[in-house]
Amino acid sequence: MKIAIRKGRVVDPASKFDAPADVFIAAGKIVAIGQQPADWHSNREINADGCVVAPGLVDLAVHVKRGTLATELAAAAAGGVTSMVCSPDTDPVLDEPGLVDMLRLRAQSFHSTHLYPLGALTKALAGKHLAEISKLAQAGCVGFSQADRGVFDTQVLLHAMQYAATFDYAVWLQPEDLHLASGGVAHEGEVASRLGLTGIPSIAETIALATHLELARATGVRLHVCRVSAAESVAMLRAAKASGVRVTADVAVNHLHLIDLDMGHYDSNFRLSPPLRTSRDRDALRAGVIDGTIDAIVSDHTPRQDDAKQLPFAEAAPGATGLETLLSLTLRFAEAAKLPLATALSRITHNAADAARLPAGRIAVDAASDLCVFDPGAYRLVTKASLKSAGKNSPFLGYELPGVVRATVTAGHVAYDSQG
Amino acid sequence: MLSKKNLQLNDNGDLHHLLAIEGLPKRIIERILDTAESFVGINEREVKVVPLLRGKSIFNIFFENSTRTRTTFEIAAKRLSADVVSLDVARSSTNKGETILDTIANLTAMHADMFVVRHSESGAPYLIAQHAAPHVHVVNAGDGRHEHPTQGLLDMFTIRKYKKDFTRLTVAIVGDILHSRVARSQIHALTTLGVPEVRVIGPRTLLPADIERLGVRVFTSLEEGLKGVDVVTMLRLQNERMNGALLPSASEYFSRYGLTPQKLALAKPDAIVLHPGPMNRGVEIDSAVADGKQSVILPQVTYGIAVRMAVMAILAGSAR
Repeated sequence: MKIAIRKGRVVDPASKFDAPADVFIAAGKIVAIGQQPADWHSNREINADGCVVAPGLVDLAVHVKRGTLATELAAAAAGGVTSMVCSPDTDPVLDEPGLVDMLRLRAQSFHSTHLYPLGALTKALAGKHLAEISKLAQAGCVGFSQADRGVFDTQVLLHAMQYAATFDYAVWLQPEDLHLASGGVAHEGEVASRLGLTGIPSIAETIALATHLELARATGVRLHVCRVSAAESVAMLRAAKASGVRVTADVAVNHLHLIDLDMGHYDSNFRLSPPLRTSRDRDALRAGVIDGTIDAIVSDHTPRQDDAKQLPFAEAAPGATGLETLLSLTLRFAEAAKLPLATALSRITHNAADAARLPAGRIAVDAASDLCVFDPGAYRLVTKASLKSAGKNSPFLGYELPGVVRATVTAGHVAYDSQG
Repeated sequence: MLSKKNLQLNDNGDLHHLLAIEGLPKRIIERILDTAESFVGINEREVKVVPLLRGKSIFNIFFENSTRTRTTFEIAAKRLSADVVSLDVARSSTNKGETILDTIANLTAMHADMFVVRHSESGAPYLIAQHAAPHVHVVNAGDGRHEHPTQGLLDMFTIRKYKKDFTRLTVAIVGDILHSRVARSQIHALTTLGVPEVRVIGPRTLLPADIERLGVRVFTSLEEGLKGVDVVTMLRLQNERMNGALLPSASEYFSRYGLTPQKLALAKPDAIVLHPGPMNRGVEIDSAVADGKQSVILPQVTYGIAVRMAVMAILAGSAR
């Protein structure tokens, strides 16, 4: 398969390349940028006139469920995402190498977005016994996580980090003190108090984060902090990085835009984990992304059936569908923060890939041909019908967002083409 | 971000659902109180029925049990000549979602005109209002720890009866503010009606985060908070609050926050005492106060019927 992407503006944040150029792909690799190779015959031509040709997006936070893999991979491709890291809280939990093999083989059979699983850090994510993380790593897990379950016992967490550090595996943790967050469904503050919802205070995050950072400092493990939501956490991460802790972090793109007030009259599409907090927190998260304290912006893609959301707020399942809005919301964030396009894109391409040590997120000759072609000037209306994901639970339904994906190329295949 | 429509009002600014006091304009609260005034007389007559809602079907849907509140809504509906059916919906633990919206769909198919909803989760009446047919009115009869608007309104009616002018009052709400839907409805009603000082009094474990943003003064000492007040609302302390670490014991709570005649003496001599019921005598309130001259707890119950009649009559009269 030979593909030529012509007349686009090629933006590669890693190399700071930003210029009009044609891109030529053969046998799953980029073979030339600019000059057409000799004796070139395209099997497929993509007209990228007026579009940006960026590295395929790297999304570090995707929840997939058995049975919906095909639709969610299609959603990823439609969103320009060519690499995604999936959480181990699948059904069953990814705590055995065989399950990881099966998931990866299934994903590969679709010739679409690359799927990189996280393995369970502890068996059944129960937080008691270590999972066979070395075997899981050999099966293809790129890190080890507790999903959103946390670890009850700090000694177990210490041992898990020591063991992971032995083999230089990364531990991915969402910082949330299980006791302080218990029963909570919204940021503890004025809005939750008005609505009569049980709060999750910011200290539920910072206390757990302090524990994780100190354990990482003590064990030398590579720690990836997932889904930062509180302003204080950003300051803690900044200090930890400055003092040499091996830590990276991500934030869900929803949290760069939305605050607790946006849930209005109990709109369950705004029930997220961690919860949406205040405008002060949102501003601190934005600053953290801008200065690089937060390495990656993620979708935290959590598709839910309508049944799971058409419930009183506290009973509704948390999470939002996100693969198809990651790019648009990142562009909107760049616009609001007056951030150069390449800097914003770096947080969903090579910075994200580097945090997870994935071979992705760059445009270069001989690099994998994972590309996203999008029109940065076009707007699209987010509707349930416009989403390919099985989950229509977006807090942005009814919004017009910038950035329309025209084509997604993954490993030499056209995984998505808006022209059909 | 997108604007959030006020679900309670129709396009003409009239009341379509009663979901919360928060967001209700003062004119609507006053209209409900004035209408209730006209129903008080009916309730004192030999024949306590008017034909205002003849032919209308009202469903009391109680996802959480409450005999008292359900009964007062039933009486109010019957005195307006409505057909009223009360349902205690047993909550299925496996399929809660289907229960709530399916229940609503089924009852709508029976040509319901109004749903009176009690639910243990905050916001459940909003979900129902969002999914109800356009002609159906929803009344929140208490949702989680959010609001209990008819209780708040009957408390305002009672206060107005005894104190006339809201703009000269100091009102104290005492106890478990954190878990209290009555407290939230009262706070919004009082501040909307122009009460210059609303106080909340309780230990820090029972005060919601940032509660002062609702326009109240926070006191942790009952003695300090009661000084010079015109109205005291005592909140019920649920027994299960003793199970966790919020409070050490009922008796320690009573020693700090229980309303005794001695503590009530710190308020103005003509201060009145309200309680939404049911009372825990000896936990939040001394019997000498509950049964004393300053107590208006039984009038509250009486007025509750007139206020609920007023709400139903106004809703049924406001076609969209």
